[in-house]
Amino acid sequence: MGIREELENVTAKLVVKNVSKTFSSSRGKVEALRDVSLRVGEGEFVCLVGPSGCGKSTLLNLVAGLDKPDSGEIKVDDIPVKGPGRDRMVMFQEHALFPWLDVFHNVLFGLKLKPNLTNPERREVAKFYLHLVGLDKFANADIHELSGGMRQRVALARSLAPNPRILLMDETFGALDALTREQLYGEIQQIWQKRKKTILFVTHNIREAVCLGDRVVLFSPHPGRIIETFDIDLPRPRDINDPALTEHSGKITAMLKNQTEGSAEE
Amino acid sequence: MNRSKTLGWTLPIISVFAMLCIWEFVVREFSVPDYIMPAPSGVAAYLWGAIADNSLPSAIWVTVKRLMQGYAIGLAVGIPVGMLCARFSLFRDTIGTLALGLQALPSVCWAPLAIIWFGLSETAMLFVVVMGTVWSLILATQHGVNSIPPIYMRAARTMGSTGLHMWIHVIAPAAFPSILGGMKQGWAFAWRSLMAAEIYVTVLTGFGLGQLLHYGRELMDMNQVIGVMSVVILVGLVVDKAIFSPIENRLRTRWGIAGN
Repeated sequence: MGIREELENVTAKLVVKNVSKTFSSSRGKVEALRDVSLRVGEGEFVCLVGPSGCGKSTLLNLVAGLDKPDSGEIKVDDIPVKGPGRDRMVMFQEHALFPWLDVFHNVLFGLKLKPNLTNPERREVAKFYLHLVGLDKFANADIHELSGGMRQRVALARSLAPNPRILLMDETFGALDALTREQLYGEIQQIWQKRKKTILFVTHNIREAVCLGDRVVLFSPHPGRIIETFDIDLPRPRDINDPALTEHSGKITAMLKNQTEGSAEE
Repeated sequence: MNRSKTLGWTLPIISVFAMLCIWEFVVREFSVPDYIMPAPSGVAAYLWGAIADNSLPSAIWVTVKRLMQGYAIGLAVGIPVGMLCARFSLFRDTIGTLALGLQALPSVCWAPLAIIWFGLSETAMLFVVVMGTVWSLILATQHGVNSIPPIYMRAARTMGSTGLHMWIHVIAPAAFPSILGGMKQGWAFAWRSLMAAEIYVTVLTGFGLGQLLHYGRELMDMNQVIGVMSVVILVGLVVDKAIFSPIENRLRTRWGIAGN
């Protein structure tokens, strides 16, 4: 495989069908997901929102292949998910970069595990993605020398480098300060438009979900399930401070409030 | 920065030199007999002579060789076994528990047992050094592996790392700071226990520093005793400064661990 094919835009559709997952702990069983179904089209940006404990992160882990569902199935381009795979890369809330490697070698880590590439090609690809996130100059920096926002950018480059079809983001911007976060909202939209990835983005911040997603999927806890899906048809790139977002986020917040009050009365 | 660095070295050198001067002065002024406390000049004369007749360099070589052999075995056994203990509860509950008990035993205490088992031999000394090294390394490695944030492994798994690749490229480097701590402690234990073993075990296969010390005492040659003691200190310092400090500093800058 040559470098041109390697850098091609690839994407995939994702199908989640009747998935359930229960965790058992010493305090009893927690039904994290009950009968959840979801379709994500090629190149679509879908945000999963909901209060903590609603199973949105569980679903992300199942799609990533880090956990197995109790029932139901998950398919990427009609192929069932059996475990972790390079076609689905995950970005966590903590950057999860390796402190024993410099920035460049962190980005290179996943590429080294990818067969059919020569080492110069791998280095070329890593450079391409470092450039994409604007960190060319920091290739040889150590991780602790970077700011929180820069670390998440390296993590993004590392996730994009093996050229996955689907990018899974688990509260990726949650630990950053507001200013850095706003900047990254713009960048992730740009990169998504350039690279045409399918993105599944988990967050508890409704405004953030509305800002980023083509669709926002609202989850409700105990048991975790999807209660509503919202299409967001605002033009891109979107700004988090755009008043037009408020209309959508207000609607979602209202529905979420309804739900939690309803379940509290049960 | 530069200034404090030069000053940082100047003061220790001056203070050591001053101590030697006072020592020399006291011994001469009060005519302290040689067999109680020799003067630094006497010790220096011994060191000079011992270097000239090659008895000291060869003793250093013999000791360092024994140490390196024992230490290498300790590392080769301790690190993998520590990893097994971290991974499998069967190992943790058996060898891990044993290590926990045995590392509490000062390694010198292995010397009598080693002599009974292996006689007055090289093997006996090797055994003492290995016993001094291996237990603390097992524990440090086990602890290091167990305290790796799970997110590193999860991230590596999504990128396609499994099995042996995960152990070599993720778990080992992530646990390295702890393992290095164990290596330092293991080295200190090995060095101390080898000195004890060499004083205990008189073998004809090679005269180490411990044996040189022992014969200094037998001959009531305090110049030799103090001379060998200072060489033992020097070897310990050199290994610490020349081998461990650079690795530790590298680790600190890479990981950003606060330190001096």
